[in-house]
Amino acid sequence: MSDWPSISELAGQVQTGKQTATALVEKSLQIISDKKTYNAILWTTEKRARQRAKVIDGKIKKGESLGRLAGVPFIAKDNFLVFGAETTAASNILKGFNAPYQATAIEKLEAEGAICVAKANLDAFGHGASTENSDFMITKNPHDKTRVAGGSSGGPAAAVVLNMAPFAIGTDTGGSIRQPSSFSGCVGYKPTYGLVSRNGVIAMASSTDVIGPLTSSVADAALILDVIAGRDGLDSTTVERDKSSYTKLNPKLKGKKFGVIKEYLSDDVDSVVKKSVVGAITELKKSGAEIRELSLSSVPLALAVYYILCPAEISSNLGRYDGQRYGYSYKEARNLEESYKKTRSVGFGAEAKRRIMIGTYVLSSGYYDAFYLKAQIVRTKLINEFNEAFKSVDFLIGPVAPTAAFKIGENTKDPLKMYLSDIMTVAASLVGIPSISIPISESGSLPVGLQIMAPQKADLELLSVAKAAEAVLA
Amino acid sequence: MARLTRDDVLKLAQLAQIDLSEDEIKRFQGEISEILEYVALLEAVNLDNLEPTDQVTGLVSVMRDDTIIDYGITPAALLNNVPATLNDQIKVKRTLT
Repeated sequence: MSDWPSISELAGQVQTGKQTATALVEKSLQIISDKKTYNAILWTTEKRARQRAKVIDGKIKKGESLGRLAGVPFIAKDNFLVFGAETTAASNILKGFNAPYQATAIEKLEAEGAICVAKANLDAFGHGASTENSDFMITKNPHDKTRVAGGSSGGPAAAVVLNMAPFAIGTDTGGSIRQPSSFSGCVGYKPTYGLVSRNGVIAMASSTDVIGPLTSSVADAALILDVIAGRDGLDSTTVERDKSSYTKLNPKLKGKKFGVIKEYLSDDVDSVVKKSVVGAITELKKSGAEIRELSLSSVPLALAVYYILCPAEISSNLGRYDGQRYGYSYKEARNLEESYKKTRSVGFGAEAKRRIMIGTYVLSSGYYDAFYLKAQIVRTKLINEFNEAFKSVDFLIGPVAPTAAFKIGENTKDPLKMYLSDIMTVAASLVGIPSISIPISESGSLPVGLQIMAPQKADLELLSVAKAAEAVLA
Repeated sequence: MARLTRDDVLKLAQLAQIDLSEDEIKRFQGEISEILEYVALLEAVNLDNLEPTDQVTGLVSVMRDDTIIDYGITPAALLNNVPATLNDQIKVKRTLT
């Protein structure tokens, strides 16, 4: 359980003078330092955090009203542009990059009084499911140091579970918030695609990239979503948010219809994961939820669709790293082309190169129709099937990943095996629907998450039912 | 699907502007072939005359007013990250040799 009270309670304590922002920042920095060996954190933003805490404490002393996150420390995944430390997306090619502006999500959190204290580790550029693709360090699972914390938001997930801050902010392209939340044991929320501005976040695959919170409770996740959601002129893919607050949850299970995706409980799923998920579903049923099993025949194709479209978009998005405008640059090049090539060869890690080359392949003439176009069409098929399913059920439910946290090094020799860790999370990404991972495993065993998905823009309904499920499953 | 040849890998690397070491060529030849074989499972799917999906928001041609907005980002902050500059401009290597 978390060492921190709920975020709203914490902000209330700061606002009413029972607690100071400075004390909270110091507590956060102390825990980060004490638990350094988990490799959750790349570097702190301590100087700026202390300055901001001082300013906030001063304003409160003068009687000013701060905001809903007054003085609350948080940790940002290192693919968010943040002041106070370098921003690298855990990649060598961006080592030493200083953000000239902050991400919209960070600005919104700061406007409500939150304080970023550190940048968390990830698989470089978000490419991975274990943080083993980070160019700097491997994050260890808070429950077992010989295992991974999941990825790509392994740093943020471990940081929250280790109590380094009351919440972290991450990104999810194919499961990168939900899977590490499942592996490490926290709540991870992937909102509807477009609900949160991606401005100032280093792009991975733009058609599925979303931003969301990693927290200790569903209520905390709802509060953070409410702060960061909404249209942004700096991200033209953002959609209108609900007019009402995402914190006005109506937690109810009775009468809610859940569809259990049959394909996600096949024999390929680890028996412990299956047992936990089936047990959780039984509990929901006891609380009045209506459970029905259903089959989504295109779901087994989702991973193949994802590993065509995602590398295609990556190959395009990573084209900008050419060593001329920012980031690492190969100094000894004799001409521009050599500068591009050597910069990218030295600067990118193996996984980035692998994905750029797969993306280049599926987009190249002669293969475009067979791979890229075909994947886009199967994506339509998948979306249609989900839309059809949501006509008969309110939510879809299943595991987050086929296994609990695996051993460090277990999957690094086989990239395809590593990709299979995303098999249950990529569908929601391709369809653009909200999805949450909530912890369900019994104490003593490795954490396992329960995944609940809802139709596009039903974020409030999803958070409401997740809060009800959290109460039953705790 | 045929496995990638060494030449295929070199051509991809050339298109992607990446120089590969001998070890990387060998490694990627196997790994990328394996991944492409996996994703080729889509070959057997019946497409039912469906249209491709580019994006999921349904937003089309999002416009904003054609006015200058001051985001408070200075040229100095941007140039600060540039590997080589000359007279406040980005300096690059020669393009012709």
